[in-house]
Amino acid sequence: MRDRTTDGTSRVAAPGSTPGLEVARVRWSVAGRLIVDDVDCTAPPGAFTGLLGPNGSGKSSLLRLVAGITVPDAGTAAFAGTDLASVRRRERARRVAFVEQEAAAETPLRVLDAVLLGRIPHRSLLAGDTDADRHLAREALARVGMAEFADRSLATLSGGERQRVHVARALAQEPSLLLLDEPTNHLDVAAQLATMTLARKLAADGVTVLAALHDLNLAAAACDHVVMLDAGRVVAAGSVKEVLVPAVIEQVYGVRCDVLEHPATGRPVLAFS
Amino acid sequence: MPTTTTPTPAPTTAAAPARRRDPRAAVWVPAALVVLVASVVGSVMVGAADLGAADVGRTLVTHLGLGGLLGVEPLPALQDATIWELRMPRVLTAAAVGAGLAVCGVVMQALTRNPLADPYLLGLSSGASFGAVLVLGAGVALLLPLAAFVGALAALAAALLLARAMGVMTPTRIVLAGLAVSQLAAAATSFVVFWSAQGDAYRDILSWLMGSVARSTWTSVAIAGVAVLVVGGLLASTGSVLDAFTFGDTAAAGLGLDVQRTRWVLLVGVALLTGALVSVSGAIGFVGLTLPHAVRMLTGARHRLLLPLAGLFGASFLVWADTIARTVFAPRELPVGIVTAAIGAPVFAVLLWRGKAV
Ligand SMILES: Nc1ncnc2c1ncn2[C@@H]1O[C@H](COP(=O)(O)OP(=O)(O)O)[C@@H](O)[C@H]1O
Ligand SMILES: [Mg+2]
Repeated sequence: MRDRTTDGTSRVAAPGSTPGLEVARVRWSVAGRLIVDDVDCTAPPGAFTGLLGPNGSGKSSLLRLVAGITVPDAGTAAFAGTDLASVRRRERARRVAFVEQEAAAETPLRVLDAVLLGRIPHRSLLAGDTDADRHLAREALARVGMAEFADRSLATLSGGERQRVHVARALAQEPSLLLLDEPTNHLDVAAQLATMTLARKLAADGVTVLAALHDLNLAAAACDHVVMLDAGRVVAAGSVKEVLVPAVIEQVYGVRCDVLEHPATGRPVLAFS
Repeated sequence: MPTTTTPTPAPTTAAAPARRRDPRAAVWVPAALVVLVASVVGSVMVGAADLGAADVGRTLVTHLGLGGLLGVEPLPALQDATIWELRMPRVLTAAAVGAGLAVCGVVMQALTRNPLADPYLLGLSSGASFGAVLVLGAGVALLLPLAAFVGALAALAAALLLARAMGVMTPTRIVLAGLAVSQLAAAATSFVVFWSAQGDAYRDILSWLMGSVARSTWTSVAIAGVAVLVVGGLLASTGSVLDAFTFGDTAAAGLGLDVQRTRWVLLVGVALLTGALVSVSGAIGFVGLTLPHAVRMLTGARHRLLLPLAGLFGASFLVWADTIARTVFAPRELPVGIVTAAIGAPVFAVLLWRGKAV
């Protein structure tokens, strides 16, 4: 049935090295519909993995399952060898941070205050911000290139700037695994590239990054590893060059395309026809 | 002194957390406390009988049993009774109710992410009134807050279920559902009072539906005071929890909260507090709506300072609202809810207008 599924698992984690994210046979249905159908996939440690697939293929659902925000009907998500379901919520929030596709506050909020929310899992719920928290929050803002925006009101920022603040909030959690849901949605091309560069930089710093992306060329240009979902199933997984091939694209999206080579980077570029 | 042999200092992120207090808290909380004490004393002084701060002080000293110790003569019996039996219970009840409603408003607005949420608009207060009047005839003091709590909880559950049945829970839908529940509970309250009232049914109905602290006793102070100090105090300590809801349920879960459990525990706390307050004051509107927005202008959206400050300013606010209610048309008295509505309804309108998209 699913003979097209390439098995990324065995290839990615070399024996003995610390495993990154390992999703095993995860299944989730809602309202009688199977949304995530026996998904096996991995995100290698310290790498930038793209989660690809058409709208409604289950990318966001899978990220929410990995983050522990929804509970799977079956299967496990393990990070660094630990089943995340066996970890207490607050502890999990210190290891895994999730940036939603769209997150808006109802009340006016200062940028630094938004980032400081990321420190909540790290302290008693009765405690307030410490100087160390404020220091870390400013550091997180600096990492996303938003240091000078600390005192602005979140509502006055552009979409790209706000997205970076959300990433900074996730970084303030000091996660080892960062989950991003369509971090480039509604961004212009420069902001999209900046976000991809940031994700690569974080991965280089040792954070395992898994990002749902719908722009295949963006994924081709930036990701180390990609997982292609279709209707809740993994269709292909592996390196960009292995997965982003005309056969897979045509099967999943029903469109024909040619794969060219980027003259500067050597990475694949998809030309649709 | 010689530290050369100590190992290298820990990295900055592992440094001992410097729990420096929020400098704004160090200013605003004492200031709000001073305002509250001044409001209580000032309000006790205002009224038909001409009383000064010294008289209030003398009465307090006398009733705390310190008269002999400090060499203070008690006031004449009439003045003493005016202060101790009439004004003090009334003013203190107003303070407790105002504080509790404001804290409830903050918690509800944060948990429903709805700037329009408050115990009155969502029907909790009317539900509590209904619960209270149902057991009014029983004459058991503690039964009243308990029944009011059950009424508030039922109204809250009904409003939220109704809003959910309408689809995605937008702020407007929640308010509409609250309105429906509130109207039903108000009609039921009126019916019960009409059926059972011995004296002036209209006045009784008004004080349950519009709110009034005119008939407060020291028992009212005890019920509202204990509820505010215990339940209100607990709710006011949930600043970080409410902060976690800033970007919604998913973000809160991502920060390590058990979202459903947290929400229900806190909302039951709100219903409990609302029940206790309504059982002594009836359904006073707009305090829970207005105060959080006003105080947010001072504190910003984070909740650790907002909660206690909203409570303290809410107390002062209702003390003065009630002072207006009993003095502007003296000797006529207005239910205090008319005054809070006169102030709060325009605020509600502005919020509706600002959030056109809700
Ligand atoms: N809570 C939910 N209730 C009902 N349907 C849902 C829910 N979450 C996701 N779905 C459905 O699951 C499918 C996959 O959604 P999603 O994970 O958001 O896909 P993607 O992020 O890839 O676009 C969609 O058809 C969506 O309507
Ligand atoms: Mg999605």
